[in-house]
Amino acid sequence: MNVEDWFRTDRLPHIYCTGCGNGTVINCTLAAVTGMGWKQDDTVFVSGIGCSSRAPGYIETDSLHTTHGRALAFATGVKMAKPDLNVVVFTGDGDLAAIGGNHFIHACRRNVDMTVVCMNNQIYGMTGGQGSPTTPMGAQSTTTPYGSAEPTFDLAELAVAAGANYVARWTAYHVKELTRAITAGLQTPGLSFIEVVTQCPTNYGRRNKQRKVSEMVEHMRSHALLVEKKRRLEAEGRAIPEGMFTVGELVRRSRPAMGVRR
Amino acid sequence: MSKVEFMQGNTACAEGALAAGCRYFGGYPITPSTEVAEHMARKLPKVGGTFISMEDEIGSIASVIGAAWTGARAMTATSGPGFSLMMENIGYAVMTETPLVVVNIQRGGPSTGQPTRAAQGDMMQCRFGSHGDYSTIAITPNSVQEMFDLTAKAFNLADRYRVPVFLMSDEIIGHMREKIVIPDSVETVSRRPLGDGRLPFAADPDGIPGFAPFGTGRHVHVTGLTHNERGYPDTTDAEAHDVLVRRLMRKVESARREMADYEVTNPDAEFVFVTYGPPSRTVQQLMHDLPDENIGHLRLKVVWPFPEFALKEFADAKVFLMPELNMGQIAREVERHVDQKVVMLPKIGGELHTPAELAAALEAVR
Repeated sequence: MNVEDWFRTDRLPHIYCTGCGNGTVINCTLAAVTGMGWKQDDTVFVSGIGCSSRAPGYIETDSLHTTHGRALAFATGVKMAKPDLNVVVFTGDGDLAAIGGNHFIHACRRNVDMTVVCMNNQIYGMTGGQGSPTTPMGAQSTTTPYGSAEPTFDLAELAVAAGANYVARWTAYHVKELTRAITAGLQTPGLSFIEVVTQCPTNYGRRNKQRKVSEMVEHMRSHALLVEKKRRLEAEGRAIPEGMFTVGELVRRSRPAMGVRR
Repeated sequence: MSKVEFMQGNTACAEGALAAGCRYFGGYPITPSTEVAEHMARKLPKVGGTFISMEDEIGSIASVIGAAWTGARAMTATSGPGFSLMMENIGYAVMTETPLVVVNIQRGGPSTGQPTRAAQGDMMQCRFGSHGDYSTIAITPNSVQEMFDLTAKAFNLADRYRVPVFLMSDEIIGHMREKIVIPDSVETVSRRPLGDGRLPFAADPDGIPGFAPFGTGRHVHVTGLTHNERGYPDTTDAEAHDVLVRRLMRKVESARREMADYEVTNPDAEFVFVTYGPPSRTVQQLMHDLPDENIGHLRLKVVWPFPEFALKEFADAKVFLMPELNMGQIAREVERHVDQKVVMLPKIGGELHTPAELAAALEAVR
């Protein structure tokens, strides 16, 4: 199977803005899924609400585009009622970490056998650019006109703490690493969480002096700090450069999981 | 061989669900419904089903919808505050035509109210609680036997019409213990399968589409957005929205006669009690104590869609009396359909009306 075979071509063109990173994330996810040899008939994509959550509508499988924040709870029902199905969830930072925060930590705690791909563009994109729980402090949005004054969630670390069996973070720049991470997630029994920092030139970059897509991608590339390097710096007692975020595999373990195929 | 048992209403509800083939329960503990979940937790694993205690009622109904799309008969049980939390996803189930059963063991409200006392205060919420226009089905048992029978029936109605069906019980019936006859098997209606070459949201002539569960190769896209017959979003076309929402309402409303389930006593009476749920038992006691053919009784087992034609069975009625454990929620629905006087007999606080109270109300209108 090719990645192209998994697209609902009758739904194109898609609604994503020019320069949006979500298409990259969908491509990487489908590359990982096809690499697994999964069948379209046995695979279900689930999502909540927002830009990220429109993704299943472009994929030729059974799919649930649900209510805001609730994707993981819906996906839990699918997987627990029929463990033979492969379940992949697309979500965003607002969907997952704000309104869906409780479902997120409990899905990780239960370690339900599914793979969650979070497109973290650090903004509510579809509603027009309001501040989300991952909008960086000081960043401009329509609801933080004087700069965001709130500390942010580190979604990947949250998933580690809550109990997910596999957690990684990459960016829409790191397409090969991202595809490998999603593949590792699909292979790991239990809940896999892959956070993808992605660019939103329309509603984030435009207000934060990163109007050009290339500037946003360059910012992600230059501020991504490999987790091994971060740990080395810490061990050596050296300072972590300002504004950096870690990428790489944060955890891979085998806590007891639910919904694993019998 | 059917068997006779002495059982609590909530347990009978769970047994009715199991007999009907329910194999998924997602719930969250809330008084006075919790025994339904507890019994499902004990029994479901033994029949190959799944019980999961979710993080809240929003997650519970969400997981039930997900399970229903795999083809499973799925249910949750809750009470007023939890029911309120479920409302957004109940609208989603309506819009996506997901068959499932929500049991609401009603308690006193608003808010946390009276967790351990009975009420019928959610009757309008179950009809209108979610946003937008829709129609759905509400069933009101008045005995432990009916907790079993009508729960099983709720699954059949959900699958037949592809809507969430509400079993609107209450603390009195949920916690009461009574004799119950459990049959060997119950009648079950299957979801109509999606025909070959048919689109997943293209309705058959009765307004209901065939169902293709996940994993059967039909690649159904399910969305709460206004969608076309293929299931794809179509959110700005006024006609697409109009056609979809009118069909969702019509498929339930047009079947009100085949769904109707009620009992008529003394159809020639002039003074007619209209009840649903436990107040019907007080009326039955009153009619036992005061045998009088001029006192009639209409007992509804299905309240929504409202069977207004049942009121017409009392051709000589002068007054309809409505004892309800709320401030008159269904009395207003009755008023909409009759020319006669409708007397509200609201009672809140957790106690059932006494026969003496209803006798006094009767005297006052004679």
